[in-house]
Amino acid sequence: MDDLYRENILDHYKNPRNYGELEGATHHYHDTNPLCGDEITMFLLVGESGRIDDVHFTGRGCAISQASASLLTERIKGKTLDEVKGIDKEAVLEDLGITLSPARVKCALLSLKTLKAAAWGLTAWPGEEAKQAAE
Amino acid sequence: MAVTARATGSAATLDVARIRQDFPVLSQTVHGKPLVWLDSASTSQKPRQVLEAMRVVYEEHNANIHRGVYEFSERTTAAFEDARAAVARFINAPSPREVIFVRNATEGLNLVAYAWGRDNLRKGDRVVTTVLEHHSSFVPWQQLAQDVGAELVVVDIDDDGRLRLDQMRAELEKGAKVLAITHTSNGLGVIDPVKEVVGWAKRAGATTIVDAAQSAPHMRVDVQDIGCDFIAFSGHKMLGPVGSGVVWGRAALLERMRPFLYGGDMISRVSIERSDWNELPWKFEAGTSAYVDAIGLGAAVRYLEEVGIDAIHRHEVALVAHLLPPLLAEDGVTVFGPHDTRDRVGVVSFDVKGIHPHDMATLLDREGIAVRAGHHCNNPLMTRLGVSATTRASTYLYNTNEEMDALVAAVRKAKKVFGL
Ligand SMILES: Cc1ncc(COP(=O)(O)O)c(C=O)c1O
Repeated sequence: MDDLYRENILDHYKNPRNYGELEGATHHYHDTNPLCGDEITMFLLVGESGRIDDVHFTGRGCAISQASASLLTERIKGKTLDEVKGIDKEAVLEDLGITLSPARVKCALLSLKTLKAAAWGLTAWPGEEAKQAAE
Repeated sequence: MAVTARATGSAATLDVARIRQDFPVLSQTVHGKPLVWLDSASTSQKPRQVLEAMRVVYEEHNANIHRGVYEFSERTTAAFEDARAAVARFINAPSPREVIFVRNATEGLNLVAYAWGRDNLRKGDRVVTTVLEHHSSFVPWQQLAQDVGAELVVVDIDDDGRLRLDQMRAELEKGAKVLAITHTSNGLGVIDPVKEVVGWAKRAGATTIVDAAQSAPHMRVDVQDIGCDFIAFSGHKMLGPVGSGVVWGRAALLERMRPFLYGGDMISRVSIERSDWNELPWKFEAGTSAYVDAIGLGAAVRYLEEVGIDAIHRHEVALVAHLLPPLLAEDGVTVFGPHDTRDRVGVVSFDVKGIHPHDMATLLDREGIAVRAGHHCNNPLMTRLGVSATTRASTYLYNTNEEMDALVAAVRKAKKVFGL
């Protein structure tokens, strides 16, 4: 039963890298998986050079969703937004290094979905930006 | 129909080994381990007797009901109406005319909200419900209340997870047009004292709807004793096939209501200018009913009656009594809902600190144990408990103490995997 929850994943779950809000972030996005309540917020700081100088995330949820977010932040530091937009789900699943059932793949990919929305410059679900700003 | 297990006398315990022989799926293995089915609150497994009743229709006399004058249609129609009579007896309905076959509890509860609610709920009316409701008992009234400008009052639970009866009584005394209440909570396993609450609601002049999706499969539900106006439940949670469900209502109310769906079978006469509705219960059964599923539900109800619904309830309470002490003794475990066995059914929702319910359910699955992780279509309750999800083990007549032990052992193993 341990193949799914291998050392690497549990380590990223218990000691998430780049965890916490990011002061002065140029891009951020929050998303949830309504089925299981997993939550991720991604914060990006894109510098003059157009590269991601810093990335943070906050969130709560299962080990798979949180470890995948932590791994993703490590993968994208120093990359351009265009490079981030090009990351596919196989890359994320490969970083996790485990085979997931379809239900759990959703947990693993929440971080990528959130990251891409941030990279595309979204701040809220399209049409709800004003509501978000007012809060 | 031969049922292999039978409880005799009031103190009888179930012959679970024999019951299990009626459920072919229970001998499956998962990840090389014997299947431990602890997700019956989501859907129950089916005994051969139910599958057989459905096979007989399909293989021996399948025909649409209420339509043909030939032999097959008459036989199938008779079997369908027999199933209705069996369900009526099971819930002690005054008449089978009041038993309407629908697809599931959700459809039944929506039928009431649409066909009764839309014509009766007015601006300023109060709809009283509880934080324990499943979304299918809650959302239809929430939406209708918003549409017409009625007030939605949501009664809280105490720290044990039991309904705040003081608050319920006070709210009903202020006046209510509707009471929508679950009989037992699918999230916490507590039984609401619906008879008492319905009594208060009646005094306030309210129409009362009881969600029996989690009670009808597991304990005696007597609509005349409860005194409510409507109840709904799903066949698939009580050994019947998916696609079978029931809404029961008082004839006097059903007769005054407009139909929910229009179409074939529910009509007595149609001209270009007008339509007249069929009699009860067919007025509410538009189109071709899932008649084979309803016949399967009839077989399920007979199975439950032969085993004995009170014996089933006692058996499940005993399983909870066996499970709770070792589970509660485990470091880091929180059990939501009461920690005793008074007024409860076989639903145990828990959390283990440091392990998200989804991870727990995945690790239990590796041990062959099927439990549900998530919000159980109970968002208001999860918010009240301050969690986003729980792990829920739920029992039925075919579960054993050994399976409860297996669950506790697997929880311990999961903690080890997470280094806890
Ligand atoms: C208390 C309660 N009400 C209603 C329902 C809805 O049942 P169905 O999905 O079969 O319509 C459920 C199912 O989980 C339930 O537990």
